[in-house]
Amino acid sequence: MFIKPYGDTSNDGAVQLSFTLPVKNCGRAKEAARLYVQKLGFKKVDVVHAAALSEEFTFFVAYGKTDVGIDYDKVEYAEAVDKYLSMDEVNAFIKTTFKRKIVIVGACTGTDAHTVGIDAIMNMKGYNHHFGLERYPMIEAFNLGSQVPNGKLLAYARDVKADAVLVSQIVTQKDVHIKNLTEFIELAEAEKVRGKMLLIMGGPRVNNKLAKELGYDAGFGTGTYAEHVATFVVKKLQERLTAAK
Amino acid sequence: MTKAKSKLGLSGPKIAKARALAADIVAPVQEFIDKHTTVTIERATLRLLGADGANSDGVPVPNLIAGQCGAKLAGGAAAFYLNALIKLNKTPAALNEEIAKGLDISGLEFTDARRIQHKADELVKSLDARIAGNVAHRNARLKQYKDKVKSPLIYVIVATGNIYEDVKQARSAALEGADIIAVIRTTAQSLLDYVPYGATTEGFGGTYATQENFRIMRAALDEIVDREGRYIRLVNYCSGLCMPEIAAMGAMERLDMMLNDSMYGILFRDINMYRTFTDQFFSRMINTAADIIINTGEDNYLTTSDAVEKAHTVLASQLINEKFAASAGMPNRLMGLGHAFEIDPQVKNGFLYEYAQALMAREIFPEHPLKYMPPTKFMTGDIFKGYAMNTLFNFVCKATDQGIALLGMLTEAIHTPYLQDRHLAIENALYVHNTMADFMGEIEFKKEGIMARRARQVLDETIDMLADVKRRGLMTAIETGTFAEIKRLRDGGKGFDGVYEKTADYFNPVETYLKKKLKVGKQETLCS
Repeated sequence: MFIKPYGDTSNDGAVQLSFTLPVKNCGRAKEAARLYVQKLGFKKVDVVHAAALSEEFTFFVAYGKTDVGIDYDKVEYAEAVDKYLSMDEVNAFIKTTFKRKIVIVGACTGTDAHTVGIDAIMNMKGYNHHFGLERYPMIEAFNLGSQVPNGKLLAYARDVKADAVLVSQIVTQKDVHIKNLTEFIELAEAEKVRGKMLLIMGGPRVNNKLAKELGYDAGFGTGTYAEHVATFVVKKLQERLTAAK
Repeated sequence: MTKAKSKLGLSGPKIAKARALAADIVAPVQEFIDKHTTVTIERATLRLLGADGANSDGVPVPNLIAGQCGAKLAGGAAAFYLNALIKLNKTPAALNEEIAKGLDISGLEFTDARRIQHKADELVKSLDARIAGNVAHRNARLKQYKDKVKSPLIYVIVATGNIYEDVKQARSAALEGADIIAVIRTTAQSLLDYVPYGATTEGFGGTYATQENFRIMRAALDEIVDREGRYIRLVNYCSGLCMPEIAAMGAMERLDMMLNDSMYGILFRDINMYRTFTDQFFSRMINTAADIIINTGEDNYLTTSDAVEKAHTVLASQLINEKFAASAGMPNRLMGLGHAFEIDPQVKNGFLYEYAQALMAREIFPEHPLKYMPPTKFMTGDIFKGYAMNTLFNFVCKATDQGIALLGMLTEAIHTPYLQDRHLAIENALYVHNTMADFMGEIEFKKEGIMARRARQVLDETIDMLADVKRRGLMTAIETGTFAEIKRLRDGGKGFDGVYEKTADYFNPVETYLKKKLKVGKQETLCS
């Protein structure tokens, strides 16, 4: 099935854009903006707003229509988990499947000082009325906070015999998160914990696809709650348990 | 600002009680502070006396000297530097160069104390002249351009990691109406026990706070000041392991505001509490001497904890920050106490709670230039909803006469602000602030309405919390997770080994100068 953006009619291909050009705001700048959007492949381009940000920068809002469509049937994306369990279901699942508590260690590693992501998943209170892992009776959760060196997180995970390690990355400027996530996986590889502990990454600019590419077991982006991570962990651990038998 | 009748029906005696509790909480900690110094206080002192530069490995000269002094830092580092200036008959610049090349000044034989004192007097005098010159320059511009002063002041951040790109973005924001530019510091700096040297062109999530970066941005903003006829304030981060040194650099380079909290480093960066308490005191004396407005970090409590349930922790921290600052000689007009608009947008009447909290802060701190922070925790990729939330934030800013409005960015949850994001934010704020210019004077609230009851409840909870903290002591309270639900042990955290008990003959001419200038010390009996 081929699809195109929907503005006010099926398949009209209407797209809203906003961007800044490094030129002074004037008629020529506006024309340049229109031509630029045309060059991007849009048709019927309308520059509806132009505002000077300084003498050297102008901000534009524009609309255009595109002929480009996409075959939705050919889009591939694997969610980390098909169906998520609730907190109670996760706990019940752990009790019956493992008969022991599951240990999860998490941190925001490297130079990143933002705990908002790891806190949303791990802290007792959780986020947006979804309790964090600390609240799960059958999960032993250790939140090490921010600016934790990758090596320290791994060492801690080993000490407490973690079943899963969560690495959070919020700052993404200059792809620092990719470098740091790669460093973590290399360390994990060197210490031979890959395949033993589940390695999971999270952050606003990561997803399950990127996680797989970097060598993690799963990746969770915006909109993730504790039960999503927990579901993945328990299902995957069960899978490994069954495979080992 | 005059003390008007409380629109929220807050009880004056209760507010006074909360303040008295905060004073009791701070007093024993202040006793500890008075008896101690830290490695960064000694380095800040050296900087203020003229130590600067770095060796070929990038180790700053103040760190080289502190390293040479070792345990003798407990007696103060200044004497070693002053002695070397005299014995080697060098200017500070020439001596710095020798130290950078490897000269050890700790082994030099001491000249007599009077000559050292004399040299100290000379350098302190020129320090005083430099700081006073900066204050006079700022005040002259503020006076000259007072017609253009907005209320609240519009505060935006630049965070490219390259100081020269930061300059472009800051200029653009200032031209569009921003009054305050904060240069975001790279997240890694808070845990460095030295201040990097030189300009930053490749930082992550910000630049290093360096004296050179301060200079570059100050010069760029000063150009706009004269062109636009509006004073533009410059902000950086006076926090982390080098609080006093960054204050020293800011005082010398005419920064106008500094993020500077008495407990932030302990809670959110795991810096040792003895270290942070001692450092914040010295840094606040420097900020006060340089007429620099501090911004405290209470907004951070609400990104960690729930903004409805933990609202009282913000007020409690504001009162503690106020008392610590007052103990460093800081007047109310320099205390930009922080708070934030962080209630979950799904909470019914959440806006009323935000409004009540902001107005309560305004009424309890009538002379303070409160710093109000925008929504961040519940910002998502839905930039349009985010823009609507920022509009409501702007409304509360104006409706409660906040001093400093840090504008929300519609792309808060996505990336560091694009040029256009700042433009949209400023446009939003200017529109809201203007269209409701005199709203605050027009409105009153029901005596038993939702807002009045909410504010009274938060004040009551604050008093309970402060009474509990007083009973257990501030350090124990922090150890047990009372603030931001984070536990920090008193001898844990980073930087503990850099704390020294002052010797009986501790010598620090900069400290003596600051205490005298700000009337801080044993004779201090004034309470707020």
